[in-house]
Amino acid sequence: MMRRFTKNYLNYTIITLVMVVFAIMALATPMKDSTAFLFQKITVAVILAVSLNFVVGFLGELSLGHAGFMSIGAYLGGKLSLVIITAFGLENNNILVLIVALIVGALCAAACGVVVGFAALRLRGDYLAIVTLAFGEIVRVIFTNSSDSSFGGALGLKSPSFSKREMYILAIIGFLLILFTLFVIQNLLKSKTGRAITAIRDNEIAAKAMGIDVTKHKLMVFVIAAAFAGIAGVLFSYSKPLVEAKSFGYNYSIEILIIVVLGGIGSINGSIISATLITILNEKLTVYMTGDNAVYKDLFYAIILVLVVIYNNAPGLKNFREKYNFKNLFAKIFKPKHDPSKIKDDAAKWDVVPTKIQMDEVLSTDMVIDNTGDNNADIGERGGNK
Amino acid sequence: MEFLTILINGLSIGGIYAMIALGYTMVYGIAKMLNFAHGDIIMIAGYTIVLFFPVNPIVGIVAAIVFCAIAGIVIEKVAYKPLRGASPLAVLITAIGVSKLLQSAALIYSKGAIKGVPITTLGAIELFGGNLKIDVITLITIVCSVAIMVALTMFIKRSKTGRAMVAVSEDKGAAQLMGINVNKIITITFIIGSALAAVAGALMIFKPQGVEPTFGAMPGIKAFAAAVIGGIGSIPGAMVGGIVLGFIEAIFGATPLRDYVDAIEFAILIIVLLVKPTGILGKKRREKV
Repeated sequence: MMRRFTKNYLNYTIITLVMVVFAIMALATPMKDSTAFLFQKITVAVILAVSLNFVVGFLGELSLGHAGFMSIGAYLGGKLSLVIITAFGLENNNILVLIVALIVGALCAAACGVVVGFAALRLRGDYLAIVTLAFGEIVRVIFTNSSDSSFGGALGLKSPSFSKREMYILAIIGFLLILFTLFVIQNLLKSKTGRAITAIRDNEIAAKAMGIDVTKHKLMVFVIAAAFAGIAGVLFSYSKPLVEAKSFGYNYSIEILIIVVLGGIGSINGSIISATLITILNEKLTVYMTGDNAVYKDLFYAIILVLVVIYNNAPGLKNFREKYNFKNLFAKIFKPKHDPSKIKDDAAKWDVVPTKIQMDEVLSTDMVIDNTGDNNADIGERGGNK
Repeated sequence: MEFLTILINGLSIGGIYAMIALGYTMVYGIAKMLNFAHGDIIMIAGYTIVLFFPVNPIVGIVAAIVFCAIAGIVIEKVAYKPLRGASPLAVLITAIGVSKLLQSAALIYSKGAIKGVPITTLGAIELFGGNLKIDVITLITIVCSVAIMVALTMFIKRSKTGRAMVAVSEDKGAAQLMGINVNKIITITFIIGSALAAVAGALMIFKPQGVEPTFGAMPGIKAFAAAVIGGIGSIPGAMVGGIVLGFIEAIFGATPLRDYVDAIEFAILIIVLLVKPTGILGKKRREKV
């Protein structure tokens, strides 16, 4: 019971707790604007990382255009809110308008996800990565060169945004959206659909042979990931008075990818933790490392990225990896006494997996119900004697 | 006359793209990986030339070629070799990491300042009574790229090493059985690719904008697009793809759509990949179960 809870609901519980504590702190005591802004940034990063991990970790395809989907959400959601707010003369921080913008931003990004998803049907691996990269660049170029009246062009779109005082409201909405993201993606992964998606990742041809509709599932993954990136984009646009196309370049996609890789490809909770830590670290580092030192941060992340990928994937480091990893480290710290007999017992069982013939013999001759001993060991002995 | 200008510009831009694309396509053909850091080798070449330019421009170019070749070897040995045989996704992410690493290292080196060579133009030749004006660097680019492409084709077709490269790209296992040192061939491929990128960098440097950490990023991505359009893994394909992309850039650069040139090029890349994923001259590979 406890195990099932920690496996399925722990992350929801922790995020809800953090959200409640944050809300109480923000309402009870005047919170520093920068703290609320940091939390808001974290929520955007978590949604982006989890949705990108859905593509990279579970479908096994590299998407380098995640920032492109995000910019579609940011621009279209921001523009729509601007239109609604000026048309009805509403306040900038109208939550209803934000919800409409979130829905529209997600839908628009999802529509673009369909386009990239169709490319994913024909292409794989490096080619698909380059198509997603090209998509992100196309979106950026189009928004950069848009006219002043449509999307603001190179100067950026002046979209409605929450003031610094009210940033905590946006952060709470962000927390709720993280819960929504987790709800959708985790439930999907636990279902038949999720197993089909991982089957496609592991072997597309075998999955096809098993009757899995590859087209449907691939499109679905890209559409869902794009929709959540769009949601993150709308949140992003509401946190800033100006949405600029240059902030959604190829480098931003890479930054999200770094978060996903450091958190662990295919681990949702890893993405949440790493998005949180890296966002906090970035924020703190920009305080301490100013000017020329700020660039050491990027170098540091790049080196860590390369080292982590080599450590996790190099065929030559297999033994090293099995000896020195977090699992062993935790096992050493938390379970100092290890019981050798248990492991041996388990191993013995695997050695004597009964073959069909042995099983038939057992069934036909020895229908004596053995209440005293271990049934499996019994079969093994008999099999071994003959 | 305008047509001739576009033709010459297209050839010169295409020549540069083709040179960079050759590096991509050779590495892809032989190591079966997408070397994302290839564009940043161009940036290394740019900085080296800027550094040595006061001494002597020729020394700068030679130093850039040597330095880039060394950088290519180091990147291959440190980052890519341990991952040989690992999943393509891991290799791709490592390559992206290396690219990011080189860019941030360059940012630390340059401290954010844009560095350039003291001269930004080598002058121009006027033909047909001043109707047609061609920059000298454009002509040098065309001559250089044609010469390099011919030399590379000869090298691949005639020399023992070149044939060994073809063999490794066709079937690594069989090549190894025939006594070819596959690791050595891969290293040589990286050296040649990086040297070509250095030459491309030397030809790109005579421009007002100078060298910055992302100097090679955009040309690198576009050259990759060129390699894919031509058919990745195919050496003539990279040349064709580079020239095609160069013409697209020159033609649209002369129309009101010039701000959208990047978007158009990438859109063409996506269309080519969707319609003919193997590119213009690529070979179709059947997937075996």
